[in-house]
Amino acid sequence: MRFSPLTKYRLLKKRLKPSLKEMGLTFYVLRKNASAVLGAFIVASFIFLALFGPYIAPYDPYETDIIHRFEPPSPSHPLGTDKLGRDVLSRLLHGARYSAKAGIVVLAISVPVGVILGGIAGLFGGWIDEIIMRITDIFLAFPGLILAMAFSAALGPSLENAMLALTLVWWPLYTRLVRGQALSVRESAYVEAARSRGASKLYIVFKHILPNCLTPILVTFTLDMGAVILSCASLSFLGFGAQPPLPEWGRMVSDGRIYLFQAWWVSMFPGLAIALVVLGFNLLGDGIRDALDPKLRRITEVG
Amino acid sequence: MKAKERLLKVEDLKVHFFTYGGVVEALDGVSFDLFRSEVLGLVGESGCGKSVTALSIMRLVPRPGRIISGRIIFDGEDLLKKSEKEMYKIRGSRISLIFQDPTSSLNPLFTVGYQVAEPLVYHHRMGFKRAWDKAVQILAKTRIPDPPAKARSYPHELSGGMRQRSMIAMALACQPDLLIADEPTTNLDVTVERQILELVKDLQREFGTSVLWITHNLGVIAELCNRVVVMYAGNVVEIAEVEEIFSHPLHPYTQKLLKAIPSAQTVGGKLEEIPGTVPKLINPPSGCRFHPRCPAATDVCREEKPSMIEVRAGHFVACHLYSSGG
Amino acid sequence: MADVLIECKNVTKCFPLRGVFAKKGKVHAVEGVSFYIKRGETLGLVGESGCGKTTLARIILGLILPTSGSVFFEGKDIFKFSKRELKGFRRRTAMVFQDPFASLNPRMMIADIVGEPLVIHGIAYGEDKDETVKELLERVGLKEEHMYRYPHEFSGGQRQRIAIARALAADPEFIVLDEPTSALDVSVQAKILNLLNRLKEELGLTYLFISHDLSVIRHISDRVGVMYLGKLVEEGKREEIFSAPLHPYTAALLATSPKPDPRERGKKRFFLKGEVPSAINPPRGCRFHTRCPFAESICASEEPRLERLSDTHRVACHYPLKAGREGEL
Repeated sequence: MRFSPLTKYRLLKKRLKPSLKEMGLTFYVLRKNASAVLGAFIVASFIFLALFGPYIAPYDPYETDIIHRFEPPSPSHPLGTDKLGRDVLSRLLHGARYSAKAGIVVLAISVPVGVILGGIAGLFGGWIDEIIMRITDIFLAFPGLILAMAFSAALGPSLENAMLALTLVWWPLYTRLVRGQALSVRESAYVEAARSRGASKLYIVFKHILPNCLTPILVTFTLDMGAVILSCASLSFLGFGAQPPLPEWGRMVSDGRIYLFQAWWVSMFPGLAIALVVLGFNLLGDGIRDALDPKLRRITEVG
Repeated sequence: MKAKERLLKVEDLKVHFFTYGGVVEALDGVSFDLFRSEVLGLVGESGCGKSVTALSIMRLVPRPGRIISGRIIFDGEDLLKKSEKEMYKIRGSRISLIFQDPTSSLNPLFTVGYQVAEPLVYHHRMGFKRAWDKAVQILAKTRIPDPPAKARSYPHELSGGMRQRSMIAMALACQPDLLIADEPTTNLDVTVERQILELVKDLQREFGTSVLWITHNLGVIAELCNRVVVMYAGNVVEIAEVEEIFSHPLHPYTQKLLKAIPSAQTVGGKLEEIPGTVPKLINPPSGCRFHPRCPAATDVCREEKPSMIEVRAGHFVACHLYSSGG
Repeated sequence: MADVLIECKNVTKCFPLRGVFAKKGKVHAVEGVSFYIKRGETLGLVGESGCGKTTLARIILGLILPTSGSVFFEGKDIFKFSKRELKGFRRRTAMVFQDPFASLNPRMMIADIVGEPLVIHGIAYGEDKDETVKELLERVGLKEEHMYRYPHEFSGGQRQRIAIARALAADPEFIVLDEPTSALDVSVQAKILNLLNRLKEELGLTYLFISHDLSVIRHISDRVGVMYLGKLVEEGKREEIFSAPLHPYTAALLATSPKPDPRERGKKRFFLKGEVPSAINPPRGCRFHTRCPFAESICASEEPRLERLSDTHRVACHYPLKAGREGEL
């Protein structure tokens, strides 16, 4: 069924405005939620730093300056210097990228894999469902940390290996999520209506089940960004992820740990950064979930 | 007509909901009286504001709704002027509310007996053992079979009809002056509904409780109520005794509503339709809210909102047809 | 017009109940139901919750497999259809559900919801589809501007019209309506009933109309079937059922529903005690005997069969009411 571009355009145009109005309601509810707005602000700042951090950093994060080691925060070094005299602020700004990269890479792989597997399991049920869920259970049983340690031992510690380990343990979450959604959507009246009109299973999956799963996926994705960043930082902190001299935040916390009483700023600021970013994603994720929750929307919509 | 004592007077109640799309004028000056020991039916279709009215009397209007103006005088005192603390003492003990869906109104974690005893403990400061015994007594009054055993059951172990009886028991535990029932039998089977209606009739007679029964089912109204208040789009359009309403409906809306019910007379033919749809209350029609759909609408209906007039004894209408020498 | 469009023979459906380790019993949803529907007529199916009418409706449309028994569409067994025949069957049948809120996908626009059958059966796509949808909406009393909105922007009555438009999209011959007006207000219900009658006339449709509301059933049906706890207890022409019911349950239903006439109030009326028994362990013998005021000993031991008492009237009862006897109720 081929349509001319003009036809496609006309069809889309009619549907565009109402779609946007729908989204407008979501944004309105979101805007009214103060903590979600705060979360959004934090996340936006984080993204900005990840993209432009290195360009606004005053110093080279790798340049050592032993004479000025362990200098407390001052006008020339707003966040102080670490054990090798490197400017903490510059390292922080450079390090945003690694955390962001970790979050994106891990989720960019685990989400599609998890969603597809979950969708298949939820749709087909029966033994396909059983097999997929058992495999999922096996992977869920692995503690991410131990797996990462094993990887480090085998392949050598690095940020990449940490991300790999995390990806392997992260996708099962999405499988279970999508499967649950698929099961509940499958029972709903509009799917039954579609079946009664002769829709094939494939049609139902793409037109009905998947679109209705998008919402929880979006919410979980947002919350997970924070969780992945935290996990990656934790792995680096323990020594299984990023290695020196990479200015990854978790690594920085670990490096400054022994000097905590002499030079608290070396560990404190990267630690605060991690906490703040995770908080931001959590607030935003909660806000999105509330905004998309049909019951809450209705209260805000009509009395 | 014997003089009746007034229990509740709702006067010019206005409730607005402040939403994303605009201000929804849910109640636009609702007024009616409710007398002691009578069953007053509040009938109207979806969106007419009957549930909001019930919630307003209890001061339980949910956000984003707010009571803008008006008075609700219960036994001589204006409920809208009371503090939240004072309202706590009134809800459940002097005015009770039962809902449409007993399943969601009963806490699944507690036994039925506990939930019926709870208002007694809270309001009458009864010891739990005494309250429990009283609860079993009240459950027996609602004709639940084997009340002691049922009191020890959890809501999910009971059928819909029994849950509704439990709700009634909970509501009547403290012998309130007023029972507000918001569509309690809509979800029940017809045979069970019949039992509940008979039960309410008997209990009402025994305790002398006034009942405000909210429904859209005119059959139930005919069965149960002494007087009827008809609402449309946030306004009261007609009030009369129940026989009057059915035999001599005066407001065009009421007339059309009664003709829309399928009956033995309408078989095989067309049912009377009211053209158009219920207006959205964000931008309600000017003047009389029914005028866009009314076959007898005139210019004045579009401009001026009609006020309630007593056309016959005890029969009130809000319609311009009757305002000048009707 | 006298040909039979749909016929069920001895349809039975049991749902197994899973206990923790093993089967804990069965829900006898439908038991040995047989009836037929002629082309162009409306069969009203009435009964209370748990009587199996919803399950039966889905079996008739082939959405659920019966435990035993068969359903014939134009004489052919629908459960023996090939994939292609099944799709054809789906094109010629449709269903309208009870809950107008749930039967429409909240994330799809009206144009796509109503047009879905057109796409599924390859009848029309793109602009043709939108054109056809526009005509369908006008036919049920909605406007073109409603096409690009979402379900939650509409009232219950309008949503039900949308569901009806969707049902009509592929030009069906047989429509099953499962309590389509139960969730609607009286005035809206009147419009929908008028609409359904008009459409039936204009398009020559056949309806299976399910409801628990007797006044609605009386208004719309040509013939009526009464179900209780999975069994068909009485079936006949509309006038027969309503003026001279033979089964005590039918008579009780007629007596029990509140009538919109306050003068009826004073009259002593009979009402059934107890509640509908569980479908897991239905009573032995006649399933109604536990609540039947006329039950005799045979009723507790032997199940009555659906007997034909006249050309058009069948009843399953050991002691069917004679005319006038329901006055005893």
